[in-house]
Amino acid sequence: MKKYIISLVVVFLFASYVFYLRHGDDDIKVVPPANFQTTTSATSSNSAATSGTESASGNQGTTAQTGQYKDGAYTGPVTDAFYGNMQVKVTISGGKITDIAFVQFPNDRHESVQINNEALPYLKQEVIAAQNASVQIISGATQSSTAFKESLTSALAMAK
Amino acid sequence: MISQREIMGMPITVEIIGDTLTQKDIENIFAYFDHVDKVFSTYKQGSEISKINRTEITPEQYSEEMKEVLELSEETKQQTNGFFNIQKLDGTLDPSGLVKGWAIYKAALELKNKGFQNFYVEAGGDVQAEGLNKDGQRWLVGIRNPFMADEIVKVIECSGNGIATSGTYERGQHIYNPFNPLQKITDIVSLTVIGPNVYEADRFATACFAMGKAGINFLEKQPNLEGYMIDTSGVATMTSGFLKHTKL
Repeated sequence: MKKYIISLVVVFLFASYVFYLRHGDDDIKVVPPANFQTTTSATSSNSAATSGTESASGNQGTTAQTGQYKDGAYTGPVTDAFYGNMQVKVTISGGKITDIAFVQFPNDRHESVQINNEALPYLKQEVIAAQNASVQIISGATQSSTAFKESLTSALAMAK
Repeated sequence: MISQREIMGMPITVEIIGDTLTQKDIENIFAYFDHVDKVFSTYKQGSEISKINRTEITPEQYSEEMKEVLELSEETKQQTNGFFNIQKLDGTLDPSGLVKGWAIYKAALELKNKGFQNFYVEAGGDVQAEGLNKDGQRWLVGIRNPFMADEIVKVIECSGNGIATSGTYERGQHIYNPFNPLQKITDIVSLTVIGPNVYEADRFATACFAMGKAGINFLEKQPNLEGYMIDTSGVATMTSGFLKHTKL
C-alpha cells in the first residue's frame, strides 16, 4: 500500500511539473506584441514585472542621485527577438546598472536561464559598468541583439 | 596618421606613427584587404572560395593563400575539438571566422617588415597593435558594451599582441555551435580574446563563442590566451590572467 501511495505522489508531482512548464509556455505565447512606446508589462501573471515597477515608483525621490539613472527596478516593453519575445528588467543602484534580468526570454524557460547564469566556480566575475576612458580602438560585437537593446533602452529611459 | 576604409563590409582602420610614412604605405594595406576580400568573400560570386563551393576548381588549382587558410582552418578545428568548423550545414566552406584575423596579422607583419614600430591595424573590432601610441603609451583598446553601443566596459592595454571580439551577430553572420547548429547561442553576447597576435585571438574568439559559456573555461586552459565573456544578464566572466592586460 505504501508503495502505491509513493508512486501516486511521484506521478502527481511529475504531472504538476509538466503542467507548470506548459502553463509557463502558454504565458509567453499569449503575450501581445507590445508597442515599443508603451511601458506596461504584458502579462498579468508576470509578477516580476509588476513588482519591478512598484519598487521603481517606491524608490523615486528618496535616493541620492550619484549616477546617470535613478535607483529602482525598471521593466522594458516586450520586444520581438525574431525567435521569440524578449523583455528585460534592469535594476539601478547607486545610479548604476547592477542587474539586468530577463522577464521573458526566447526559447528558454526562466528555469533554464537561471541555470545558465550560474557562476563558473573559479573565475572572477563582475557586473559590467561603463568606463570613462579615452581609447584608440574599440573591440566589440558589431551588432548585438536589437530586441534586447530595445527593451533595455526603454527600461533605462524610464530610469532617467 | 589615421586612415579608414570600408572593405569586406566593415570599417578598417590603420594608424601609423612614423616620419617616413607615405600614402603608398597606407594604400598598400587597404589594397591587401581588398585582395583578401576578392579571394575569400563568400558574398562575391567571382571569389576563389565561391568557385570552390561551386566545385568549379579542383584542390590542385587552389591558390597558395587558399591552401594556407584551409590548412589553418583544419588545424584550428582540431585544436578546438571541432567547435571551429568552416564547413557549413549545406557542405560549403566559409573560412571568414579566421580570415579576418589572419589578414590583419599579415598586414601588420608587412608594416613591421617595412620598419614601422608603432602602429595598429584594426578591422571590424579586431586589432593588432605594435609599439606605442602618439602619447608614448601602449595602445588602449576598449571593449564595447554589447548592450550600449556607445559605451565601453573595459580598457585593455595592447602592445605587440592582438585582440578580437566575437558577438551574437558578427558581420550579419550568426556564429553557431557546429554540434547543434539549429540551437542559437543565447547565453553569451560578447567574448573578447587577447592573444599573442590577432590571428590567434580571432580564431579562438570565434570557436570559444560557439562553445557558449564553456568557452571561457577553454580559454582559461590555454597558456597564451585571456578572455572576457559577457553573458545575457550583463555579467562578465574573465580568465585569471585577464586583469594583467587592463588599465585600472
